[in-house]
Parts: sequence; C-alpha cells; structure tokens
Amino acid sequence: MPRVLWTHLMKDLRIEWRSKEAINSMLFFALLVVVLFSLAFDPRGPFSQSIAGGVLSVATMFASVSALNQAWAREIRHQVMDAQRMAPTPGAELFLAKVLANFLFVTIVQVILAPVFLVMYNLRVVGQAWLLAVVLPLGTWALVANGTFFAALSIRSRNRELLLPLILFPIFVPALLAMVNATGGILTGESDPGMWIKLLTGYDIIFTTVSLLLFDTVFNAE
Amino acid sequence: MSGPARPAPNAQLEDVSKLFGSFAALRQVSVALEPGKCYVLIGENGAGKSTLLRILAGLLRPSMGQIQVFGEAEPHDARDRIGYMSHAPMLYDELTGVENLSYFARLYPDRECLEPAEALRQVGLDPKLERPLGQYSQGMRQRTSLARVLLAQPDLLLLDEPFSNMDVESAGQMVELLARFRHSSRTIVITTHQRELAAPIADFVLALKAGRVARFEAGNPTL
Repeated sequence: MPRVLWTHLMKDLRIEWRSKEAINSMLFFALLVVVLFSLAFDPRGPFSQSIAGGVLSVATMFASVSALNQAWAREIRHQVMDAQRMAPTPGAELFLAKVLANFLFVTIVQVILAPVFLVMYNLRVVGQAWLLAVVLPLGTWALVANGTFFAALSIRSRNRELLLPLILFPIFVPALLAMVNATGGILTGESDPGMWIKLLTGYDIIFTTVSLLLFDTVFNAE
Repeated sequence: MSGPARPAPNAQLEDVSKLFGSFAALRQVSVALEPGKCYVLIGENGAGKSTLLRILAGLLRPSMGQIQVFGEAEPHDARDRIGYMSHAPMLYDELTGVENLSYFARLYPDRECLEPAEALRQVGLDPKLERPLGQYSQGMRQRTSLARVLLAQPDLLLLDEPFSNMDVESAGQMVELLARFRHSSRTIVITTHQRELAAPIADFVLALKAGRVARFEAGNPTL
C-alpha cells in the first residue's frame, strides 16, 4: 500500500478509535432500523427469508450516511482540508484512504449487526453461505465508494446532510438491487446469485474508477 | 554602471482581481515578493488580505490577472514550497501536537522536513504533551499551527493573523522565530492588525483598501 495512503488511513482510524463517532452513530441507527422492521413485519413469517436481504441493505445504507457525512466534516472543521490540498500528494490517495476507512467502519457495524439480525429474523441459510462473504463486501464497497465521493462533493453545501442521500441513493439503486437479490438468493437458495455478483463487481470497478478520476477536481474546487 | 542584479521574485502578481459573485475582493493588485524579505500586509477587515494570501497559496484562483509563484503559473504546482497558516489551526482536535505534525510531515515525502518534536520545540511547546489538540488553549493551537507550517521548511511563508489569540510575550517569541527562519531564499508574508508586533521583521508594508493596493513601500508598518 502506498505510504501516503497508509498515512491518511492510519490517521482516520486513530481519530475514529478516539472519538468513536462514526461507528457508534451507525450502529445505533442500524439496530434501530432492524428492530423497527421486525416490529412492522412479522420477522418469523414466511417472507422473512426473502425480505431479510433488503432489510439488512437498507439498514446499512441509512446508517452509513451519517458516517459518510462525518468523514469529510472532520476535514473541514478547522480547514484541515486546505492543508491537505497544499500538500504535494495526490488527492486520490486521500479519497481511497477515506473509502477504506469507511468500508472498515461499515463492515464492523455489519459484523455486530449480523448475529442480531439472524436471531431476530430466525434466518437459516439454505444456499451457499460463503457467498455472503463476497456479496456483503462488494455491496458495502459500492455504498462507501460512491458515498465518500458524493459526501466530498456536497461537503461545502449548507444542506449537506440532506444533499448526500438525495444524490447517493438514486445512484446506488443498481448496486442495492444486485445486493438484495444476491443476498435473497443465497438465503433462500431459490435463485443463482452469480449474475448479481458479477453486476456488483462491475458496478464497483466502474464507480470506483470514475470517482478516483474525478476526485482531484472535487477536492481542489474553491 | 548597473548595480547587482535583483533576484527573481519568489511570487509575482500582475493586475490580479478576485470576484466572489459581483463582489470584488481584490482589484488589479500587482506586487512582486522578493526572496529574503518579509512583507507585512495591513488593511481593514474585508480589505482583501486573506483573499490575497489564499491566491498566493493556490487555494483560490484569480478571476483576472496573472500570477507566478517560483516560476509556476499555477501556485498549486509549487505547493511543496509554500507554507500557509490560516485563522483556523488546520489541525485535528483528536490528535496530539506530535501526531498532527507527524501526519503532515508524511504528506511531504520529497521535502526535508523538521522532526515534529523539533518543530514543536521551536515554537516553544513541549513535544511530550499527551493531550489532544482539542484541549489546547487558543495560543497553544496557534503555535502548533505555526509548527505545522514550518515543518516542511517552505520558501514562501504565508501567515494570516499569526498573532491573534496570543499574549505580547508569545507574539514576541514568534517574531524572533520568524526572524531566525528568514533566509536569503525565503519570503514571509504576514497579515496582521497588530502592526507593532510585526515591525521588528518588516521589510515592506503592503496596505490594501477595498481590494486595491493603497500603499506598497519599504519600511515600518507602524508608520
């Protein structure tokens, strides 16, 4: 891993370790969504297997918005971003470090959330369970790569908390559909998740590449 | 008989204007900043001092006019040689002084940076301080911010109100440090409302009024 990327990443992890702002807010929000869904629908009913993927994805999606907003808010709080802009290092490395840090934070929340989710929705994996270890990281990457980019884009806006979900969610829809269908296919064993996994992989490659190419323009905007 | 050749300026602005919508923050400013000199930028609030510094730092682009910094038409291309200290500390509240400085030092892989502990010692702070920056006093933050700027030993030092939130003694120490830092190849630009504090190191005074250069001459800013 390039040294500067590692420097940015370690800084983000250290700050999060001390403040725990992102993980705490995400965790409580995601738990709340899962519990509310379990109250709205009968979690032990016949449809629980088929809606579980959607509930988990939506909970992760809503919860991660707060963390994504905080990721850049920290950089503009004392104009730290100006100091980063003046450093002779590519902005893409800062972006990639933020994506990796956010990916790690969302994954930690998912790991804590998963057992609660399995118990509350009485889930038994009928398909190939190991595929979940492919689908969830791919879906999470799609969310955080786009989310980190659009959070940077909206950070100078007065209504950034509102603007981020408004831009992010419509663009995330193809990845969300792929994630939900793949997860549903794995949990129920009724359909082959292969096509959805390929779609997620393609989505991740395209959107990560485009974000990396455009980030310097966003980063250095006045 | 001609005298010794004047060194090429480290930074030069020609008819630079900056518009924010219909508001002109700078109007046709032309200045050349020579190496080894300290320029004190004065003017009322809103005169355009900070805008001028941000343009020199490459954080803002001029709406009109030409700029050259170390021979580059885009200051951004010479950013490793520019140090900019703003009103805000440009540091993380959650990290200690040494952690903040270590982070920024690693962002300058091709510059010979000072050791973070040494930079902190130079501004009169104890590098062993374990407290995060969020628990520092305003004056200590200001010193840490200066240490961050000095870290990469820049050739163009842009300081926006460096003496604010500082007692007279600390400000005096900062001026002494800047005098030591001044070097034949380095240029220092300071904006301040406390002219008397900058007087000991001032070579030139640049006064701005409503975005225009009202005065640009060698001498003492208190006169």
